[in-house]
Amino acid sequence: MMNQVEAIFLKATSFITGEEFWRGVVAIIVFFIFWEVGSRSEAWSGFAFPWISQVPPPTAVLLEMFKLIQEPSFWHSAYLSTLRVFEGFIAAMIVGIPLGLAMAVSRVFYGITFPVFEVLRPIPPLAWVPASIIFWPTQELSIAFVTFLGAFFTIVINVIGGARAIDVRYFQAARSMGSSTWDIFRRIILPGTLPSIVVGATVGVGITWAVVVAAEMISGGGSAGSMGGAAGGGLGFFIWNSYVGGSYTQIVAGMISIGIAGYISSAAIRKLGDLLTPWLAEG
Amino acid sequence: METGNAPSQRDRSTIARKGGVRIIDAVKMYGAQGAGVLAVDHCTFDVPAGEITVVVGPSGCGKTTLLNAIAGFHSLSSGSIYLDDEMLCGPGKLKAEPGPDRIVVFQNGALFPWKTNIDNVAFGPIMQGSMSRSEAYEKAQSMMADAGLRGIADSYPGEISSGVRRRVEIVRALMNDPKILLLDEPYRALDSLTKSVMHEALLEIFYKNRVTIFFITHDLEEAIFLGHRVVIMTTRPCRPKKILDIDIPHPRDYSVLTTKRFRAFMEETSAAVHEEAIKAFDAGEKER
Repeated sequence: MMNQVEAIFLKATSFITGEEFWRGVVAIIVFFIFWEVGSRSEAWSGFAFPWISQVPPPTAVLLEMFKLIQEPSFWHSAYLSTLRVFEGFIAAMIVGIPLGLAMAVSRVFYGITFPVFEVLRPIPPLAWVPASIIFWPTQELSIAFVTFLGAFFTIVINVIGGARAIDVRYFQAARSMGSSTWDIFRRIILPGTLPSIVVGATVGVGITWAVVVAAEMISGGGSAGSMGGAAGGGLGFFIWNSYVGGSYTQIVAGMISIGIAGYISSAAIRKLGDLLTPWLAEG
Repeated sequence: METGNAPSQRDRSTIARKGGVRIIDAVKMYGAQGAGVLAVDHCTFDVPAGEITVVVGPSGCGKTTLLNAIAGFHSLSSGSIYLDDEMLCGPGKLKAEPGPDRIVVFQNGALFPWKTNIDNVAFGPIMQGSMSRSEAYEKAQSMMADAGLRGIADSYPGEISSGVRRRVEIVRALMNDPKILLLDEPYRALDSLTKSVMHEALLEIFYKNRVTIFFITHDLEEAIFLGHRVVIMTTRPCRPKKILDIDIPHPRDYSVLTTKRFRAFMEETSAAVHEEAIKAFDAGEKER
């Protein structure tokens, strides 16, 4: 245990003293200086950098974020978006994994479902927003449905690809050693597809964040506000509201929050994936 | 060659041992009839029980097709294959059923990467229901210990070298108590030093278990070193060109390689193998 801590510590120190780390730090600092100078230069010297001069400076955004994290309504928005992301994402996993496996395993089932799947797949999830508002009884369900679509197609495609890429030798070996069809599904196809499922889920959850925010903006997640007050809309609506209200620092602060939330979600799923596929760990 | 000695030695083992394979007039065509490519052309030879038979031929000559037919992975177009007195495939049933009596050790290895080594080794008996889980793990443990693999039981196949991986795979195969082991160029990807270690390890396993071995390779030295019998194949279509009984006494070790007898076998066969290699090379050129 102690050794492990020590090893992590050593790894961390060697990383921090490494050239690569400092190159990254310098790059980020230069980026922020450029941004700060760019957005303030008009006030300082009268020269307006194109585009950047419209963006609030990072110090103002940071200040805004500091204020926001003390407001419960901001956390409520973040909570609502997270909830929708995970509703849609988990539904996409529950439907997508079995569907992908069935499509990979059965030629007949594949022949029936794939053409329909391939017609629906290129339709951007956001194009589903109006239809989904009409189809689903509540605003909440229609947003969750669009979120679901964002992750669904990626997961299915990854599962099919992963299951098909399993080497035929594994099937032959298992069959020689007396495995039944069910054994082969459970002990070869399922674990053999798991790495692709993890990849699909990691990519899928990222898409889900992109989709939920847009869906909240378009469908006016805030119309739920008639019931739940201004806090009804999620981060997408929060950004939209800031835009309508003309608070540019809030817009950028909202954007950054989404970036952080998306990063945390992907990292969490990657971590979970590592635990599920220990044989892929680099020894 | 003093081939006179070989039969008496063989008779002794044939009586006690199982796992003899008889291939009779086997033909395999790929593709549509008529336009198909002939891979195996009226192949007839025996794999004596309790011995090592090595099939030598250029890469892609069709020898793996034959192995797949014995294992039950692919069908024959005609002909028949017997395991002891049981017909594996033949007229009316051109594809054999895969089964634990014939276990393949694959060219690139087929240990399940998602299972630890010991889980891999214990897999067969559990699948067949021939042992309880705890019995299977107990036996797996002792067999791995015998093969000097105790230390890597709980590692994953991806964490060990390819030479060790092959050894684990052979132990996994033996766990099924097969009548015959089918080895498809198992040492192809290994460097020659590792290979020599693997050869001696394989012989050691063979002396201990006396399981019949059907071994495919394109390496003539390997074939003569390991085999009781060496079958040199013609290149596509594949057919036995020359069958030799290697009467160098077992147990063998690496000192055999420098003996006159070994060299004599090499001389006797290398011209035949080289001729086929050239044919295979020319055929390959044309295809491209």
